[in-house]
Amino acid sequence: MNLLPSLMPMLDAVRERFEDRLDAVVAPRANEVYFHAHPDLVAGFCAYLYKAWDARLTGVFADDAVAEAGVFHLYYVYTLDAAGGFFILRVPVPPNRPEFTSLTNAVHAVNWQEREIQDMFGLKLIGHPNARRCALHDDWPEVHPLRKDFDLRAPMPPFQGERHKFRQVEGDGVFQVPVGPVHAGVIEPGHFLFSVAGEPVLYLQLRLFYTHKGTEKLFESLPITHGVRLAESISGDSSFAHATAFCHAVERACEVDAPPRARALRTVCLELERLYNHIGDIGAICTDVAFATANMHAMRLKDRVMRLNEHLTGNRLLKGMARLGGVRFDWAEDQLEPLRRLPGQLRPEFDSLMELIADSTGTRDRLERTGTLKPETARNFGVVGIAGRASGFNHDLRRDIPHAFYDQTQFKVPVFTEGDVLRRLEVRRVEVGESLSIIRQTLERLPAGPVFVPIDEVPAGRVALGYVEGWRGEIYHWIRTAPGNRLARCKIKDPSLQNWPALSEAILGNIIPDFPVVNKSFNLSYSGTDR
Amino acid sequence: MFDVLRKSLKVGVVTSSYPATPAALSPHARGCPEIDFAQWQDARPAARVCPTGAIAFTDAEGRRTARLDLGHCVYCGLCAEVDPAIRMTRRCEIAAYRRPDLISQATYSLKPDGTHERLVKGPDTPAPMVAQPKAVAELGRQIQAEAARLFGRSLHIREVDAGSCNGCELEISNLSGPIYDLERFGIHLVASPRHADMLLVTGPVTRNMELALKKTYDATPTPRLVVAIGACGCGGGIFGVNYATRGGVDAVIPVDVYIPGCPPNPYALLYGILQAVRKRAQA
Repeated sequence: MNLLPSLMPMLDAVRERFEDRLDAVVAPRANEVYFHAHPDLVAGFCAYLYKAWDARLTGVFADDAVAEAGVFHLYYVYTLDAAGGFFILRVPVPPNRPEFTSLTNAVHAVNWQEREIQDMFGLKLIGHPNARRCALHDDWPEVHPLRKDFDLRAPMPPFQGERHKFRQVEGDGVFQVPVGPVHAGVIEPGHFLFSVAGEPVLYLQLRLFYTHKGTEKLFESLPITHGVRLAESISGDSSFAHATAFCHAVERACEVDAPPRARALRTVCLELERLYNHIGDIGAICTDVAFATANMHAMRLKDRVMRLNEHLTGNRLLKGMARLGGVRFDWAEDQLEPLRRLPGQLRPEFDSLMELIADSTGTRDRLERTGTLKPETARNFGVVGIAGRASGFNHDLRRDIPHAFYDQTQFKVPVFTEGDVLRRLEVRRVEVGESLSIIRQTLERLPAGPVFVPIDEVPAGRVALGYVEGWRGEIYHWIRTAPGNRLARCKIKDPSLQNWPALSEAILGNIIPDFPVVNKSFNLSYSGTDR
Repeated sequence: MFDVLRKSLKVGVVTSSYPATPAALSPHARGCPEIDFAQWQDARPAARVCPTGAIAFTDAEGRRTARLDLGHCVYCGLCAEVDPAIRMTRRCEIAAYRRPDLISQATYSLKPDGTHERLVKGPDTPAPMVAQPKAVAELGRQIQAEAARLFGRSLHIREVDAGSCNGCELEISNLSGPIYDLERFGIHLVASPRHADMLLVTGPVTRNMELALKKTYDATPTPRLVVAIGACGCGGGIFGVNYATRGGVDAVIPVDVYIPGCPPNPYALLYGILQAVRKRAQA
C-alpha cells in the first residue's frame, strides 16, 4: 500500500502490538487506514492510540452492512494530527446480538454519538453512564431509522408529547429554569434546563435534536449529485464547508483530485464563509453584553462579505457553488476584481471595529473570565474548532492535514489557554486577519485550468472519509458507495456535536443572564448536530 | 463614548432605501428559474438534475404534465444548465398568498421518443406576486400607513425555527441590521409569541418541533399572520416529507403568505413581510 511515510511508524507499532487480533489492515488512501478487528479490541485500541500516539477519537458511527456482510459495522475514527492522517477501526456487530460496549466513561466525547447509534440502529449500549434516548425524543416509537429495513418515508404516529425526564437537582433555594425549544432570539430550537441556586448555575441539561430531519437517511435515497445540494442544507451557515466535505469524500472514493484552480476557489469560499460568520459572531457577542453599536458595525461588514458571496457564487450563503470534482463556477474578471480588493478594504474597517470593542472596558469586563472552559475539560470532551483553540487545542485541519489549497498558503493558528468568552472572540479576531491573508495569498498564485473534473461514475462498495476545517471546526463526511451512483451510508459529523456538552461545563458558576453570551461565543449549530 | 459616536458619524447612514429604490443585487445573483413553456422540448433532463423535485412531471396516455414548483425550488440553477428553455432570473422578491400560486405547469402531447410535441394545455402560471420596482415603493408607503391603522403603528414578529438548516435564520437576523433595518417600517422582532402579530416560520417542520410550533401558534393572539419562509417552509424543500419531517409549515398550521428561496435574501423577506401586512389590510 502507498502509505504516507509519517504514518508508517504508527502503523508498524499498531501491527506489532495487536498483530494476532487484527483481521485486516486496508489503506484505500495514503492517509486513511482501516483496521478490521473484533469488538473486544475497541477499548484497548483506543487507549493505546490515545496514550502512545496522542490520537483523537473524532467520530464513532455505525453502518448497516447486514445485506452485504451479514453484520452491522461500528467505525471509530482517530485523527492523527501530528502524522497527518486517519486510523479507522472497524468492528462487526452481529444482528442476532445487537449490542456494543460504551467508551463514554473513558472518552466523554463519544457520549451523544454512542447514544445516537443506539437510537438510529437499535444497537444496545452496554456500560454507558446515561444510555437514554438522544436523537429520537422520548415519545418516538421503537424504530431504528438508519437500519436498511426502515423506510425513509415511513409515517410516524402524531407527536404524543411525552416529556423527557430531566435529572432533578434539589437543595435549599435550588430552582430550575426551563428555556426553549422556541427561544427569545432568532436562533434555532433546543431546550436548556438550568438548575440554579441564587444566581449561579449549578447544572445545565441540554436537550437537542429538535431539528432532526432524517438527513443521513435521505442521503441514501438520493443520487450522489443531489447529495451535494442536501449537504448544503445540513447547517446553512456552513453550507459550503459541508458540501465541500461531502464532495471531498466522493472524490476520494473515486480516486479523483479536484484540479488546482478548483482547490484554490474552494479555499477562497471556505474563507469567505469563515469571514462572514466570524464577523457576525463578534457583533453578536457584543450585542449580548449590550454593546449594540459594535454589532451594527459588524453586521455592516458581514453584509459586505455576504454580498460578495452573491457576486461570486450567485447566493449569499455560497449555496450552489459546490460540485463533485471541483466547483461549479469559475470567476470572471468582474468577479475577481472586488474579491482582490476585499482584504485591503475590509481589514482597516475590521481593525477599527476591534479597536472600538477593545476600548470598551465594560465589554471586556463582561467577556473576560466569563464562561470559562478549562483546557483539561476541553480535552476530555474532545472540543474542536474555535471553542477548542480558545482552550488550548492546538489543531486545525487546514494546517495539520491540509485539504483544498491550504498547503500552498501560510497562516497562523491562534491558540489561547484561558478558555473564556473573550478568548473565543480573540480566536475569531485573529482568524479574520488570517482569512483575509489566505484569500490574498490564494489569489496571488491562482492556478489556471479547469475548475472541476467530471465525475460521471462513482464505483460501488467504496468507503471514504472527507474532511474540511469549517469556520466552526472540523467537519467529517464518511461515505460508503452503492451501485448506480448512490450511497449506502453517509455519516455527517459537524463540530457542534461534540462541542455542545462542553457548553454545560463552561456555564457552571456563571449567572443565567450571561448564558446568551457564553452560548453565542460557542455559536454551535443545532441543525448540524440534529441533522 | 466619543469614539463610538465619532465612528458612527464617520460611517454615516448605510441603510438601504428599499423599497423606494429597487433591491441592490449583484448581476450574478441567482433568483428563481423561468421556463419558456411554449419552447419547452423535454422536461426530463431538468427533472433529473433537480435536487428537490421542484421540476417534475407525470406522463399519462401520451401526455405529459410538467411543472415548476417554487415552493420547493432552491434556485440552484442546475436545470438551466441542461435545458435551453429554462433560464435563471435575478428575481427574488416573490410572495404568494396561496400555495398553488407558486406552481406553474403545462401539459404536452408527446413524440414517440418522449420529447414534447406541442403544448395542449396551459401554460397555467398563476404567478405569485413578483416585485415591480414602482409597485414595491408604493407598497412600502402603504404598509407604513396600514401598519399604523391595523397594528397600532407597529407590527410585532416572532420568529420560529421549526426545523430549518439555519440559513433562513441567518438572513432573518440580517433584517435587524443597519442595512435592511426592519424597524424603519415600524416592524419589530419580539421575544415572545404573546407579543406577536405575526409568526415567521422556517421549516421543514420536524416531528420533534411539531408540538412546539402548534403551541407557539396557539399562544399568538389573533388577528395573527403566519408567514412560511424559504423552500423548506413553503414545501419542505429538499427534505420533503419523511419519517422525521412533516414538510412545509402549512402541514401543521395555516399559512397566510409563502416566501420562497433558499434562503430568501433580505429583500425577499422584506417584500414578503410587506405583502403579508397588505393581505391583512385587505381582509
